[in-house]
Amino acid sequence: MHAPLALSTRSMVLRFAVIAFVLLIIVLAFAYVGGWLTPNRLTAQRMVNQLQANAGVFPGYRRNHAKGVCVAGYFDSNGQAQTYSVAQVFATGRTPVVGRFAVPVGNPYAPDSSAPIRSMALRFTQANGQQWRTGMNSMPVFPVATPQSFFEFLQAQQPDPSTGKPNPAKIGAFFAAHPEAGAFLAWVKTARPSASYVTESYWSLNAFEFVDAHGERHAVRWRMVPDAHDDAVGGSDPNYLDADLAQRLAQGPQRWHLIVTLANPGDPTNDATKAWPSDRREIDAGTLVLTGTEPQASGACRDINYDPTVLPNGIAISDDPLLPARSAAYATSYLRRTSEEAHLPGTANTTPEAK
Amino acid sequence: MTRSSDYFVLTARVLHWLMAVMIVSMLFIGVGMVASVSERHDWLLRIHKPLGVAILILAVLRLIVRLRNPPPPLPADLPAIQKLAAYASHYLLYALMLVIPLVGWAMLSAGGYPVMLSHSLRLPPIFPTNATAFAILRHAHAWLAMLLFLTFLAHVGAALYHGLIRRDGVLSSMTGIGRGPG
Repeated sequence: MHAPLALSTRSMVLRFAVIAFVLLIIVLAFAYVGGWLTPNRLTAQRMVNQLQANAGVFPGYRRNHAKGVCVAGYFDSNGQAQTYSVAQVFATGRTPVVGRFAVPVGNPYAPDSSAPIRSMALRFTQANGQQWRTGMNSMPVFPVATPQSFFEFLQAQQPDPSTGKPNPAKIGAFFAAHPEAGAFLAWVKTARPSASYVTESYWSLNAFEFVDAHGERHAVRWRMVPDAHDDAVGGSDPNYLDADLAQRLAQGPQRWHLIVTLANPGDPTNDATKAWPSDRREIDAGTLVLTGTEPQASGACRDINYDPTVLPNGIAISDDPLLPARSAAYATSYLRRTSEEAHLPGTANTTPEAK
Repeated sequence: MTRSSDYFVLTARVLHWLMAVMIVSMLFIGVGMVASVSERHDWLLRIHKPLGVAILILAVLRLIVRLRNPPPPLPADLPAIQKLAAYASHYLLYALMLVIPLVGWAMLSAGGYPVMLSHSLRLPPIFPTNATAFAILRHAHAWLAMLLFLTFLAHVGAALYHGLIRRDGVLSSMTGIGRGPG
């Protein structure tokens, strides 16, 4: 082969500079997309860091809804929702469920009465291997509509270093700046920490889409409505919920009806702070039957990330901006706690005192 | 005069450039989706899984094409250390193309997630459900991807070095255009 003409020094330097420039552009683009150049961008890591700043770090536990208990049972579908969704779970028949009840706190040792809210997370495993995961709360509306507002809400609740408690002025300022929280605030005024997980209704809060056999999409929300009714408020014992659950299950299975609400055109699907009008069409899709409970440290729910965007064919996420943020933040929490379980280097490995 | 052995065979060149676009997109999608809480998180994740499986299938195909069609030899006057770097980085690139998608698939399996490639297409798990294994595989997936990104940078830098500085036909053996090495 003939050797190419030798390059002048000037040309050589220029060509090396071109190579360096190309590589630099690639690295900068990669760093920008990965968020390393924009530390103020809201990421799942920052959200979970804020949860940890508020509650402390409890290795192996979920970063929110840390106090909870596993449950197991099944869902008996009556076929009523099949018109709107092709998901196998809605065909007439039974689908096994592994679930979890929890209190929305970051500290797994907090008393059951520390929040007037309970949560129910469920994983339905369909016969075809697809799953439906849902995390619901015992309140009809969410305080905020966007991930950014939720992050600011968490920031406002960070304990003041001098008192060890959240600063009421900051929380007040947050709510003053967020009138969309009005419906939640009106509800929370009347809410009391219930004495039982099984007497509560649990709302999906976010909107989803059901997809029918013709590919038509139907905006929906759902809730679990209990058979057991009881307005009892929890006592002074910090841990009454698990004992109540075990006792009720010892007497027999506990049941909820899955009520699906269909939106009318124009009902907001991207705003979890707004309830839909009460005259909307509702379907009773079947009965959730819970038959057993296990502690969360050893139960089947421990290693499940109840990411509400894990959905079977026939259910899809809506345009609610909270859903992708929940998915991202739950994944971060899941990676941190499973890394702690695995005792990987660099993970939190000491158990701080219960606060 | 150019000889056919101065170039990679057409199938290899097509696979190279197709996979270059897919893999570079994949690296950006990967870092982008884990840093995002917006709707981007959801749609990037929905591209990530089928794209990863497509890369895995093409990587197997490409390995077969490579074994059946040995690549053009490196220039005889290339310093030994650069030859070694070329061989080592190509072994690494092939290994990562095959391993990273498998680690991702195993990671989702270990986490107990259904491995959904679309709304209805589900791959079977290739690893038993185990939280410790999930954590290890999840970190491995990210670190191996970072290693792939660095290897990709070295690959681009070396290709441009061959094309702009040495002008020895190595770059054109893959582009198939411009001045041949003959």
